[in-house]
Amino acid sequence: MSLLAVLASDVNVAQNVGFYVIAAIMLFAAFSVVSTSDVVHAALWLVVVLGGVAAQYILAAAEFVAVSQVMVYIGAVMVLFLFGIMLTRSMIGSDTDVNNKGWGIGIPVALLMFGVLAYSVIDAFDNTVLVDRSEVQIASTTTAISDGYLGDYLVPLIALSFVLLAAAVGAIVLARKD
Amino acid sequence: MYAVNFLLLSAALFCIGVFGVIARRNAVMVLMSIELILNSVNLNLVAFALMNNDVDGHIFALFVIAVAAAEVGVGLAMVLMIYRNRRSIALDELSEMKG
Repeated sequence: MSLLAVLASDVNVAQNVGFYVIAAIMLFAAFSVVSTSDVVHAALWLVVVLGGVAAQYILAAAEFVAVSQVMVYIGAVMVLFLFGIMLTRSMIGSDTDVNNKGWGIGIPVALLMFGVLAYSVIDAFDNTVLVDRSEVQIASTTTAISDGYLGDYLVPLIALSFVLLAAAVGAIVLARKD
Repeated sequence: MYAVNFLLLSAALFCIGVFGVIARRNAVMVLMSIELILNSVNLNLVAFALMNNDVDGHIFALFVIAVAAAEVGVGLAMVLMIYRNRRSIALDELSEMKG
């Protein structure tokens, strides 16, 4: 598609530029997560990816999910990861054997999977334009989410709270020293 | 904004995460790659919510976030237990259950 056609359509150019900048940072950080040989560096690159995902949520008009992402992932999960690294590693720094012996098999598997996914996504959703939400809709998103949780999705919400309770109890039972 | 943008980005993140799960030997790094995979799924759900102009995708994304938090808690507890018993978290050395 030529640039003029893009400018003439109702695609928001600034939003697209922001998307591509954040997406490039995210992909670079994700490659670093799976290719660095230092576990601590991998965790810090993962922070960049998670923050980029939160930024993409804001571009997609999902502020509540973005704030939840920042609080849960960057706030809680990363602290858990850093504690896990500190408790399971005697030395901080580069490690020589962080990869399996047959790690090269992962490259064709990932490339093949990306090829299939990209083909099917482009085949199904090519030229589907995401329409920006109006300010009224954005302002009522959180209300709609709470209506969903306390309405149609009440039973899954209660089930999920039991899952979290069981996970907390299970983590304590597994990690305590007897 | 095109829907393909979000969907291709999350497909790329998913494949990078799959590569990490296959290639990594350190159990904590495998858990990090699983986080990449779960985040790509969330990105897809939010993009579909914007495409369909409702909030069900947001609700499912929040469910996935909660399940991921529980998964990381239990997973790291298991890794700690394995480290305490074996002084190593290399996944290719865990062969006691091999037939």
